[in-house]
Amino acid sequence: MNAALKSTWGPIALAAIAALVACWYLPASMELFALINATVFVSMAILALSLALVWGYGGILCFGQAAFFGLGGYTYAVAAINLGDTTGAVPLAILVPAGFAALLGYFLFYGRISDVYLGVITLTVTLILFKFINSTAGDMWTIGQAPLGGFNGIPMTPPLNFPGDMSAMLMPDQIFVLAVLGLLLCYVIAKLILASHFGRVVVAVKENELRAELLGYDVRLYKLVIFIIGGAMAGLAGMFFANCVFVSPTMFSLGYSGQIIIWVIVGGLGTLVGPVIGCILLQMLTNWAGTLEGIDPNLVLGAILVAAVLLLPKGLLPTITGLLRRGDR
Amino acid sequence: MDLAFIVLIQIVTSVAMLALISLGLAVIFGMMRVINLAHGEFLMLGAYAAILATGHGVNLWISMLLVAPVSVAIVGVIVERLIIRRLYGRMIDTMLATWGLSLALIGLVTMVFGNTNTGFSAPLGSIAIGDFRMSAYELFLVVFTALLMAAVFAVFRFTRLGLIARGTMQNPDMAAALGIAPSTVYAITFAVGAALSGLAGALIAPLAGVVPTMGTAYIAKAFITVITGGAAILAGTLSASGLLGTVNTLGSFLTTPVLGEVGLLAAAIVLLRLLPRGITGRFLKGSL
Repeated sequence: MNAALKSTWGPIALAAIAALVACWYLPASMELFALINATVFVSMAILALSLALVWGYGGILCFGQAAFFGLGGYTYAVAAINLGDTTGAVPLAILVPAGFAALLGYFLFYGRISDVYLGVITLTVTLILFKFINSTAGDMWTIGQAPLGGFNGIPMTPPLNFPGDMSAMLMPDQIFVLAVLGLLLCYVIAKLILASHFGRVVVAVKENELRAELLGYDVRLYKLVIFIIGGAMAGLAGMFFANCVFVSPTMFSLGYSGQIIIWVIVGGLGTLVGPVIGCILLQMLTNWAGTLEGIDPNLVLGAILVAAVLLLPKGLLPTITGLLRRGDR
Repeated sequence: MDLAFIVLIQIVTSVAMLALISLGLAVIFGMMRVINLAHGEFLMLGAYAAILATGHGVNLWISMLLVAPVSVAIVGVIVERLIIRRLYGRMIDTMLATWGLSLALIGLVTMVFGNTNTGFSAPLGSIAIGDFRMSAYELFLVVFTALLMAAVFAVFRFTRLGLIARGTMQNPDMAAALGIAPSTVYAITFAVGAALSGLAGALIAPLAGVVPTMGTAYIAKAFITVITGGAAILAGTLSASGLLGTVNTLGSFLTTPVLGEVGLLAAAIVLLRLLPRGITGRFLKGSL
C-alpha cells in the first residue's frame, strides 16, 4: 500500500463513522419535515462535493455544475414516470448527466478552452437548459408519459422504491439513509480517485498544465474524465433532490450555480470535506435567515461570500486546520 | 417590404440594447481585466435611482441621464475602495466577490423597496412605419447608444484623461513613475464603468419594469457579450452585440423568443470555441 493510499483510509473511516451516526441518530429524532429537509441538505452536499472534486482538484471552474444537477433530477423524474419502477431511473439519472458532461467536456477541453472562458461557457450551457426547460409548458412537450411542465416543473416525481419491486416505496427516513450513504460513497470514490495515479495526475495538471503535458500526459483526457465523474455525482445529487422536493427549472438557474460555488469557496477550495461543511452550514444559515423579520437571505449570503473571498481566501476548513496545526507546535 | 424593414429595425434595436447593457461591463473588463458580476445590480440601482428621482419631482430625462449614472458612479467608487481594490490581478476571486456583492445588493434593495414591480412608462409615444407602429423611445435608444459609444471612444482615444487611463492599464508602474497615481485611475475607471451601467439601467427601465432581481436577467447576456467580444472595449462590444443581437432577433422571428435566446447563447458558445480569446482577440487586435 502506498503512502497516499494509507493517509486516505483514516478520513474515510471517520466519514463512515459520521455517516453511520447520522443514519442511526437523525431519522429517529427528527420530525418528518425536518428529515426531508435534511435529505435536501445531503443532496446539496453531494453537489458541493462534485464541484469540490472538479474545481478544487481538477482546477476546472465549472460555473454550470447545476446543469448536471438539473439533468439528473429531470432524467430521474422522466424515467421514473415512464418506467413506473425507479430501479432503472437511478442509473439513468447518473448516466445521462455523465454523458452530457462527456460531450460538453470534449468540446471544452479538446478545444483547449480555459480560465474564465470555461466558466462562461458552462454558465451559458446551464442558462440554455434553464431557458429551454422553462419554455416546455404545454402538451407537445412530453417525454413518454412525462409532461415537462415548463416553469412549473414536474410536481409528481415518484419516490424511490425497493429495487425491482415497484409497489414498495421507500419511506422518507429510508431515503435519508440512502442519501447519506450516497454522500459517503461519493466521498470514498473521490478520496480513492485522488489517492490513485490518475488522481495525482489530475492534481498535477491543475498545478501546472504545461509541466504535466511535457511529462507526457494528455491533459485533455484527464480533465475530461474528472469532469465526467463530477457530472455523474451532480446527477446523483439531482436524483436525491428530486425525491424530496420535485424537479423544476430553478434547478438550472443562475442562483443555484452560484450557490454551489459559494459553498466551495466558503468551505475551502482544494478540500473535499470543506465544501460539504460549507454547504450544510450555509444551507442552515439561509434557512435561518429566511425566518428573520426584515432581513433578506440574499443579503446574508452575499455578505458572507464577499467576506469569505476577502478574509478567508483559503476557505473555512483549511483556515481552521491551519490554525490548529500552528497550535500544535 | 415593410416586414423586412421592421425585422431590420428590430435587429438594430436588439443590437443597440445588447451594446447598451454591456458597455459598462466592457469598460471595466477591457481596461482593468476585472469581471464585475454585480454589473446587473448596477443596472438595477440605476433604474431605482431614476425612479426615486422622478418620484421626487425631478424631470424624467434629467433623472435618467444624470441622476442615475452619477449615483451609481458613487456606488462604484465605494465598491472599488472596499472590495475590488484588494483583489486586483485575481480574476476569479474578483468574480466571486462581485457575485457576493450582487446577491447582497439584491437583498438590500428588496429590503428597502420590497419585491414589487415598479417603473415608469416609456416617453415619446410611437411613430408609424408603413402599416406598423413602433415606439419612438426604442428608436431614441438606438441613436443614444450610438452617440454614447462615440463619446466613450472619443474620451478614451482623444483626451488626455483617456491617454492616462490607457497608459496606466498597460503599465501601472511606469505611470506611477511619471507622477500618476494608478489607484486613482483605477477608481475613476471603475466609476466610469459603473456610471455607464447605471445609465443603461435607467434607460431600459421603461421597457423592462423594475424589480430588485432585474439585474439577473441582464448579467448573463452582458457577460457573454463582453467575453465573446474580447478585450477591446468598443470594437468587442460592437462586434459581439452586432452578431449576437442579430442571431437573437432572427431566431425569435423565425421560431419563438425563447429559441431566439437559446440561439444567442449557442452562437456565443460556438464563437468562443472558435475564438477562445473573443472576437477582438483574433481580429481588430489592439483596437479600442
